[in-house]
Amino acid sequence: MSASTFLQVRGLAKRYAAAAAPVFEDVAFTIGRGEFVCVIGHSGCGKTTILNILAGLDAATAGEVVMDGREISGPSLDRGVVFQGHALMPWLTVRRNIAFAVKSRWPDWPRSRIDAHCQKYIDLVRLTGNEDRRPSALSGGMKQRVGIARAFAIQPKMLLLDEPFGALDALTRGAIQEELVAICAGTQQTVFMITHDVDEAILLADKILLMTNGPKARVAEIVVNTLPRARSRHDVHHHPHYYRIRNHLVDFLVHRSKLLQEGRAEVAANEESPRVVMPGLAEGDEAPAAPRPALLKQIK
Amino acid sequence: MPQRARSAILSCLLLAVVLLAWHVGTLPKGGAAQAVDPEYARLMGLDKPKSDGLPTPAQMGATIATQLSDPFYDAGSNDKGIGIQIAYSLSRVALGFVLAALVALPLGFAIGLSPLIHGALDPFIQVLKPISPLAWMPLALYTIKDSTTSSIFVIFVCSVWPMLINTAHGVANVRRDWLNVAKTLEAGTLRTAFQVILPAAAPVILTGMRISMGIAWLVIVAAEMLVGNLGIGYFVWNEWNNLSLSNVIFAILVIGVVGMILDFLFGIAQRAVAYVE
Repeated sequence: MSASTFLQVRGLAKRYAAAAAPVFEDVAFTIGRGEFVCVIGHSGCGKTTILNILAGLDAATAGEVVMDGREISGPSLDRGVVFQGHALMPWLTVRRNIAFAVKSRWPDWPRSRIDAHCQKYIDLVRLTGNEDRRPSALSGGMKQRVGIARAFAIQPKMLLLDEPFGALDALTRGAIQEELVAICAGTQQTVFMITHDVDEAILLADKILLMTNGPKARVAEIVVNTLPRARSRHDVHHHPHYYRIRNHLVDFLVHRSKLLQEGRAEVAANEESPRVVMPGLAEGDEAPAAPRPALLKQIK
Repeated sequence: MPQRARSAILSCLLLAVVLLAWHVGTLPKGGAAQAVDPEYARLMGLDKPKSDGLPTPAQMGATIATQLSDPFYDAGSNDKGIGIQIAYSLSRVALGFVLAALVALPLGFAIGLSPLIHGALDPFIQVLKPISPLAWMPLALYTIKDSTTSSIFVIFVCSVWPMLINTAHGVANVRRDWLNVAKTLEAGTLRTAFQVILPAAAPVILTGMRISMGIAWLVIVAAEMLVGNLGIGYFVWNEWNNLSLSNVIFAILVIGVVGMILDFLFGIAQRAVAYVE
């Protein structure tokens, strides 16, 4: 466990009935401080369950999760969650939805300070002017931005995002993705995010966890994103690594996720930890010019 | 012409038809052309138009006018204005209803939050709920030994169930997401109860309260007929004993209008706590 490892997951498993096959088992990975990690896998492989365990909302059947030197054993303000269906309280305005979170974090703050803090994050997700509207008066993209603002506003050590953009149209999604890139770059936020979208993963993630199909799903591979970190969705696909990584991910989803589940592929089921791959690099390529130290240690 | 205006016209037309039918139905029966001594006829009341007891719309109008001209008169224990009677009934309903809410809301919360409590109390609720509240009356009179308190108790019994069941249902069905939000934010039990569960369940709870109020208003009339002394139900029974059908009809109309106003007020409260998901 290297010094920059922020979150460590070991031997995680979940079964819903004692007799049933586990949804996933032997799931292991680490996340470095300030790292953005995406999980990709087909429905039913237990991605959301893993996220819920990280959030402290669900308990694992086996295994442990250690964050910042302490084992996770319940929900905590250290981890901000952006839920799949935004989960805003419809009877509260945008400001009060965020204030509910801020008040939880800093119960002693006076109202004026809470409001000022909320305003900062409303501005950050560019919802200025919508403070007093209720969620029902907002578009899907705006609601999701409120959810993101609410999670960021408590300044968590780690952000957990459960397919936050799944329900959005492509244009809105692109815009919010770029905002997320900018916010995360500015705050050095550690992020764990579930997605179905391969392009989204390449745009946002430093590391992509690939999960085999459930039941008995595992993290089969950790794909290191070798694209330089200042990525923009306008030119990211021009980088030579882009399509190599993308093809690798799509190949995995289309063929190997199922083969691996059945144990017919090259990775043995009893392998200790998932292998780390860098499909972005062609044969003989050097590792990225200035990889971030966290990644480098991981690879070594 | 907008739909509303057309509906209003149709309503007025229906009212006119009903009033006309009523008027025709209660016209004095003529043709009592018996030759009797005028003095005898006067003594027997035969010189007045014969009526079958039901008031004509015109007599009804006169009754309404006199009753409403002085609704709060008090001429002894058996002769009080309609306003006083309604006030008595409303105060009993209010007291019984508030007591029921004080019991049903916390208990409904507990049932909604705890499957254990739900399982334990459900058999009792299922047995007690279908009992007509008036069936409790003898027992209430025997144990409480006070007719007013007994009628309040009956109101309590009848309004507790819809509130209890709706509160439990509303609380149990708060969206998991909102509870998870509260959990991840480490919101305390009380804060979660009052700031998440209560507002989330409020529309369902208020629907229960609205149903309860409707039932309470139905039951108070019957309860007061039984226990007597004051209130709109007693007024109806007393006027029946006086054979004053116009006063009975007047009381029926008032019961309807007051019930409508109560329902309307709860409708406003319901809209105040409603939210669009």
